[in-house]
Amino acid sequence: MISSALILCAISLDSSGASDVGLANTSITAAGNKADLRGKIPLNELGQEISAPPAAISISAEDVAWDAGGAIKISWQPAAGTTSATKWIVERSEVLAAGQGAGQGPGQGPWTLVTEVPIAETNAVVSKLSPDASFFFRVTAVSPNGSSAVTTTKSAAKGHWNFFISAKLPLFCAILLVSACVIYFILAARRGRPMKVRRIAALEAIKDAVGRATEMGRSILFVPGIQDMDNIQTVAGLTVLGNVSRTAAEYDAAIEVPTSRSLVMEAAREAVQASYLAAGRADAYNADAIRYITDEQFGFVAYVSGRMVREKPAACFYMGCFFAESLILAETGNSIGAIQIAGTAESSQLPFFVAACDYTLIGEEFMAASAYLSGEPDQIGSLKGQDVAKAIAAIIIIIGVVLATGAAIAPQGAMPAALEWLKGVLGS
Amino acid sequence: MSKFITILEGLDRRWIFLAMAISVAGPILYIGITGKTLPETPTPTARAVYKEIEALSPGTPVLLSFDFDPASGGELTPMATSLVHQCAARGLRMVFIALWPLGPQLIDETIKRVILADYPNLKEGVDYVNLGFQSGNESVMKVMLTDFAKAFPITKNGVAVGDVVALKGIQRVDNFPLLITISAGYPGAKEWIQYVISSSGGKIKMVTGCTGVQTPGLYPYYPVQLNGLLGAIKGAAEYESLVNSSLAPKDSSAAVPAKYLEAQRRMGPQLGAHLLMIALIILGNIAFFAQRNSKVRATS
Amino acid sequence: MAEGSPRIMKRLVPMWIAIIAGFVMLLSAFFPITESLGETVGEIFNVVAAIAFVLGAGSLAKVNLAKISRRDQGWGYAAITLICFAITLVVGLGKIGVPQSTQFPLLGWSGEKDAEGSIFGWIYEFALVPITSTMFALLAFYVASAAFRAFRAKNLEAILLLSTAFIVLLGRTFAGVVLTGWLPDWASGLRLENLSVYIMQVFNTAGNRAIIIGIALGVTATSLRILLGVDRSWMGSGD
Repeated sequence: MISSALILCAISLDSSGASDVGLANTSITAAGNKADLRGKIPLNELGQEISAPPAAISISAEDVAWDAGGAIKISWQPAAGTTSATKWIVERSEVLAAGQGAGQGPGQGPWTLVTEVPIAETNAVVSKLSPDASFFFRVTAVSPNGSSAVTTTKSAAKGHWNFFISAKLPLFCAILLVSACVIYFILAARRGRPMKVRRIAALEAIKDAVGRATEMGRSILFVPGIQDMDNIQTVAGLTVLGNVSRTAAEYDAAIEVPTSRSLVMEAAREAVQASYLAAGRADAYNADAIRYITDEQFGFVAYVSGRMVREKPAACFYMGCFFAESLILAETGNSIGAIQIAGTAESSQLPFFVAACDYTLIGEEFMAASAYLSGEPDQIGSLKGQDVAKAIAAIIIIIGVVLATGAAIAPQGAMPAALEWLKGVLGS
Repeated sequence: MSKFITILEGLDRRWIFLAMAISVAGPILYIGITGKTLPETPTPTARAVYKEIEALSPGTPVLLSFDFDPASGGELTPMATSLVHQCAARGLRMVFIALWPLGPQLIDETIKRVILADYPNLKEGVDYVNLGFQSGNESVMKVMLTDFAKAFPITKNGVAVGDVVALKGIQRVDNFPLLITISAGYPGAKEWIQYVISSSGGKIKMVTGCTGVQTPGLYPYYPVQLNGLLGAIKGAAEYESLVNSSLAPKDSSAAVPAKYLEAQRRMGPQLGAHLLMIALIILGNIAFFAQRNSKVRATS
Repeated sequence: MAEGSPRIMKRLVPMWIAIIAGFVMLLSAFFPITESLGETVGEIFNVVAAIAFVLGAGSLAKVNLAKISRRDQGWGYAAITLICFAITLVVGLGKIGVPQSTQFPLLGWSGEKDAEGSIFGWIYEFALVPITSTMFALLAFYVASAAFRAFRAKNLEAILLLSTAFIVLLGRTFAGVVLTGWLPDWASGLRLENLSVYIMQVFNTAGNRAIIIGIALGVTATSLRILLGVDRSWMGSGD
């Protein structure tokens, strides 16, 4: 006769409430002897059994399409009960030629850690792989109580180089559309089609401001922003500087250009010198009037404000990329009674300029300044193209708003599907 | 009354500066002496930051980018302190980087203030690492998209990142489930959204703390590209109160250290300054309308 | 040199460098084959900007030395500028006072230039930090004077703007809670702190989105003009 009883023989409890429960099965063997079979079951604070998580059910690896070739996406299906684990470990093994490798297989190259992802994720993208090599991948679920068995891909995967990054297709199409609008109207302007641009008061006032400085016998201050030449606002600011300095040369007014970047100083010198030359006043050009101050934002504005208070320029131009120093500059200019014309595409600084300056070029007006000031048909045509592109953007926004509103009102209708289609086209 | 209007019209702006100094200094002194702070009710954007960090399990790597300098430290240092405080308490693996030249010093100061002071069990190189500053602005972000080690090859102490345990498994920036940026301008939160978040296909989430002037420009990105936003010292105070209440010791008689109350302490001066601004706007308009009316009367 | 060579070097060569570099950067965002070219162009810019810094520092030295030699008004400040520049350069490059790095104790100059105890670190902590914080703090004073001078209820739009400003100013402080905290839950949307959040999330977001879209299109059109060589005024007027 065999009988058995399961008895509790030990409990150990740790500070988190997890415990180890010792059980003994004192069964009578067939020979009539007692056997004492003891085991230990780890339990968590809820009394649930803790054990190593199960391995993933399946794993696959495939090339990431439309990229530069070095990326492979690994996907796996977790088994039930994986929730006790905290992360997945993803490893790779390169496929080596026969005879090479340490025999750790499957590819014979050593298994190296690729990445760790949270347990909720079921895929990972491995990049910067050599496009010439093939790789096996495996995943392991890890929990505080151990790791699962590994799940390995059945065949090797290889990244393939593609010509175009398809994830950016909507952006590429948008750029093509905007460029097509701009180029069409540039060509139309060249063919003689008249283009009308509304009057921009700030740009019309440049001549008046320079004239005022000449009459008062005081200088002009031009600040081309505090960013470097890789910022389009700095380039736009220098185009306005070219125009302002030409006017200053014609009126024989002194112009001072402090810069916050050395490269901008060099570019500004070129622009001003060319303008003085074009105005026939090469002798009046003074390179030292365009000087580098410091890269440090507040050091720069401390110099410029001090200079403004001492020299009291009659006209101040702030054209470029500005940050927190914009209000300091504008208020100081206000306090000395200068006429101030500002232009920036930094939307956070526009309110300060609008409040403190006499004229402000807001965002795209600043970008349009060079075209407006040149008056060339080509450039005016590009402004028209930009406006058409904005109209197209506005129409798409209106369509999206209508679809989203319709989808919210009637979730069962055709609107939600149409909205999803539009989102897919726009790449969101 | 007309004398009052005349004074207002010709008011020297130095009186305004003096009034501002008093309205800021007064609350600072009061709070400094009494230690009292104003209560804060967290807004949804601050709660979102808290929840995103709280949702991560211990040991998860997070990338903290200190994109500011001491000039904006008044607004952003309290945020940085509370963010690191919550991350350290949660047991997250903190990877610090800076895209501003003066960022690394601020990282060191925050590590000293929070981790070394209150979490001495955390090991540098294992639980947290400071990778220092890298020049290049958004080009650094672009490199990080495909090869994180190429963007930051060594730590601030000169150790190769391949040898750092805290960076185990980090190949690309989207291997971090969460990016926390503390941003004062360029490069900052906007560039992270444009170059990293929009390219990651939703793999990496982002929360940011930014200066007040940047906040309006970042709201359009919330909550799709930006999962949480701490705007200015107000956002910092709200978040700080959330973190302090969640990490409050069971024995509530222990006071919260002053370094974890900085943002809330600065709300007092903010209150004074805002009330002064409102008063100035009202006074300015009184003078404006009085002047306009007297001109109308003179012409009629 | 042949006639027209200055024009080629000063106008055409820079224009073509800008066009080629610009298109490489644009294409590298979409076509992987040009990705490394794009990175190279970016690195070239970093190198050129770093070298240009020498020119900037040279200009700084030249202008200030000229001021000192001419004994212009305020030449003492020019002297202070140059002395501070030289000291910072020397202590930074020379890593004066920098302790050895614990990682590489046997290698000279292995510590960080701004490590605790270094002179560069001292300059940072006791000169740069207070000065930049002070300049940033000036904004509070200037905002107050701008508010007093410029925020006038001249027309309906200005009145709306000022009302919004009052709601946000009060809503982002404890004053908003005191003034409207008593409102019942069904009217909680009218509490100043909730109203200010609503204004930021709805009205401000809408306006900012419009400005951002306009700016983005303006940047695209400006960049296209430069890339196509239509706009050359950034090189200076005249052709």
